[in-house]
Amino acid sequence: MNRARAMGQHLRTLSIAALAAFAGFPLVSHAVESGAVAPTVSLPGISATVSTSAQPGRWVYVDFWASWCAPCKRSFPWMNAMHAKYQSRGLLIVAVNVDAKRADADRFLKQNPAEFTIAFDPAGETPKRFAVKAMPSAYLIDPSGRVRWVHRGFTDADAAKLDAELDAALSRK
Amino acid sequence: MKPILSVNNYLPNRPVLYGLAAGLMLLLSGCAFNPPAPWERGDLAKSSMRFDNDKLDSLAQKHTYFSKEAASGGSGVGGGGCGCN
Repeated sequence: MNRARAMGQHLRTLSIAALAAFAGFPLVSHAVESGAVAPTVSLPGISATVSTSAQPGRWVYVDFWASWCAPCKRSFPWMNAMHAKYQSRGLLIVAVNVDAKRADADRFLKQNPAEFTIAFDPAGETPKRFAVKAMPSAYLIDPSGRVRWVHRGFTDADAAKLDAELDAALSRK
Repeated sequence: MKPILSVNNYLPNRPVLYGLAAGLMLLLSGCAFNPPAPWERGDLAKSSMRFDNDKLDSLAQKHTYFSKEAASGGSGVGGGGCGCN
């Protein structure tokens, strides 16, 4: 009888653990929103390590993209334009690739050349820390390292609006 | 007098059984408990994941559907109603 009770107890613990493991706890993630301190990005780039630690006078536009994401493709010419326009005013565009296979990213980059900085995160650690909710997602980080705004998705209609917002942010300092 | 050897001795008690049954039902429901994150959907974005990936195949399927089911326009815009599928 004692053995049976002990076994019952054991099974009870097991079943609770199984329930908890499989159902109870979806990834509890706190999305990085405007005003939050941005996680630092430190990833391999095309030639050197890309790091986005806070620097006086430097604004960082972190974008998460993948080769399989159509709106990301749309955003590339726009990011090239923004890079050309705002580089001199202290904007660093870092586009973090989240493809599992580097070859996919390389093929995409051959078709969609990027003037801005590219970083690679095949393991997805950085998007996890930013708790990215959509692809693409963009975070504008001010020189003190705080997120100024977050933009999810990209359509051609967003281009002019985001351009104006970048301009406003960079002139406010 | 209690039997010395009984199946009951080896069965967990009722709440535990209910717990196990609930756990089993959740497991068998076939749903993903941790759905892929937005940045992990590369495989889902492949064209082979589409229902209409093969154009010829989906055309043939549509043809069979509206012929056999007499569903003129049933898989798209309304038909003319002439019965000439």
